[in-house]
Amino acid sequence: MVLIRKFEEAAAKAYSVGKIGGFLHLYIGQEAVGVGSIAALTPHDYIVSTYRDHGHALARGLHPNPLMAELFGKATGVSKGNGGSMHFFDKNAHFMGGHGIVGGHISLAAGIAFASKYKKEDSVTICFFGEGAANIGSFHEGLNLAAIWKLPVVFICENNHYAMGTPEYRALAVKDVSVRAYAYDMARDHIEGDEVRKVRDHVKVAVDRARRGEGPTLIEVSTYRFRGHSMSDPAKYRTKEELDAYKKKDPLMRARNELELGGIKPDVLDKLEIEIQTQIEEAYAFAEASPEPPLSQLHKYVYAEDK
Amino acid sequence: MAILTYREALNRAMVEEMEKDPLIYLMGEEVGHYQGAYKVSQGMLDKFGEERVIDTPISENGFAGIGVGSAMVGLRPIIEFMTWNFSLVAIDQIINSAAKMNYMSGGQFPMPIVFRGAGGAGGRLGAQHSQAFESWYAHCPGLKVVCPATPKDAYGLLKSSIRDNNPTIFIESEVLYGSKGEVPEQEYTIPLGLGEIKRKGTDITIVTWSRALSFAEEAASILEKEGISVEIVDLRSLRPLDENLIYESVKKTNRALVVEEGWPVAGFGAQISHLIQKNVFAYLDHPVERVTQMDVPMSYAANLERMSLPNANRVADTIREMLR
Repeated sequence: MVLIRKFEEAAAKAYSVGKIGGFLHLYIGQEAVGVGSIAALTPHDYIVSTYRDHGHALARGLHPNPLMAELFGKATGVSKGNGGSMHFFDKNAHFMGGHGIVGGHISLAAGIAFASKYKKEDSVTICFFGEGAANIGSFHEGLNLAAIWKLPVVFICENNHYAMGTPEYRALAVKDVSVRAYAYDMARDHIEGDEVRKVRDHVKVAVDRARRGEGPTLIEVSTYRFRGHSMSDPAKYRTKEELDAYKKKDPLMRARNELELGGIKPDVLDKLEIEIQTQIEEAYAFAEASPEPPLSQLHKYVYAEDK
Repeated sequence: MAILTYREALNRAMVEEMEKDPLIYLMGEEVGHYQGAYKVSQGMLDKFGEERVIDTPISENGFAGIGVGSAMVGLRPIIEFMTWNFSLVAIDQIINSAAKMNYMSGGQFPMPIVFRGAGGAGGRLGAQHSQAFESWYAHCPGLKVVCPATPKDAYGLLKSSIRDNNPTIFIESEVLYGSKGEVPEQEYTIPLGLGEIKRKGTDITIVTWSRALSFAEEAASILEKEGISVEIVDLRSLRPLDENLIYESVKKTNRALVVEEGWPVAGFGAQISHLIQKNVFAYLDHPVERVTQMDVPMSYAANLERMSLPNANRVADTIREMLR
């Protein structure tokens, strides 16, 4: 979680000086959701992410160097510079992409789960999306297909209460996204997203259920982003009081308190944070020093090699 | 040499490929128990079972996405759209996911998927069921676009499409499903991107594909009696495109006419016209012309539909004009 936070703080800095282009959607505030959920998986399981994918990728264990390099548009990036912030991919880590069209990836995740079932493998796919995605057709079609075919997939709605600038009360006829599971005769769960171990434990129940062949689950995790929708959003649609209230529930502070209560000395944690800071500085330096993709790459990868 | 219908040729191609490779499956509305809305998948459920011939609810976006996701992890889906008109609700998955997955992942995720089904205009099906969409898909890099006109080509091109590691848009002509033609008994494939001279001639080149080939052939027969010799280039696939075949023919005939079922504005014929004028301009004795559907949605009324669609007489008239 600290790695994600510091990675994104460094990314924000790089963005503000023009080293990172395009959109940059930060995950700051939501770290416990990705870290907790992915902690419930094995390396054989699959993760499908959104355009807000940095946290999920780091939680999966992807090294910060190729991720930062991807943000910088460098050849050493995890998608060789062709992806950018919204499109991290790592096939070996079963990290099946950040996807930029809201909700479109939900049926892709069902498709990956479909393949696991087809090949009689016991992998489970988890799919992250925001509450904004819960209103698009692909959500409903993906959930229905996953339910009728009992696909091994867990749908995790990270409800941060704003779809860009639109608050949930203006977008959701029924505010609790998880009750939509009833429409598909699907298991459901609804949890607060500031406690990382709680997220892990609840997601684990759903992952185990999927692995046993008992079908998909829709989990809604309530969370909050401390920053705007993207770097270009000053987030004037919400009050300072609201933001401050959520910052008091910062999942990082909460996790640190728990660790200290569990007997880990503060100076051990401080030292760990310094090490992480060093790691991020290295990632930044790595990204800066890496070459841009060769111009010959422009036409490469449009089509795959022949079978 | 067997005589098969276009739909039987497609069926044979799918069956043979699925027998060889267990990673291939067929998915779509009514492909299984109903035996295919246009009977292209007749008998396949019995042969391969429900695990590989999979009926879906009406949810094109959803099952197109299932196909793409499954292709990311090594399956080789054939996704049937009952008609390409319905593909428009899945176009996000086709263009934003399938066409770009390999590129935006830096080559990590090839996309061995075929989207196929009935396309084209006619049959008094009205505005929403009667349109040719190959230009839409041919617009997008990352996709391959295949439009066979004969049973022989349908068989060989579908096999190549299934074996290809890229997303293929395979548009079958609804009107041609019952048409018959010779199909060799022994197995063969036709490489994507290889057109064919369907008729040799010396006075003008018609560039065409799919059902519009029949308008071209009929027009050529009419004109032959008037002493006009027409050469017909059937592209068979629009992406990749057999450019050289077009150029060689135009160098010989010095005139080119594109005949297509789709609308004229931003249609694929405009691209062909541009390519000809850019690459073999010096050989042209006349500007490149086009015969297309009229620039209107399709009317149900029989007379208006007839007027809207391209046909042999319009092709013949245009050619007479070009040779005057």
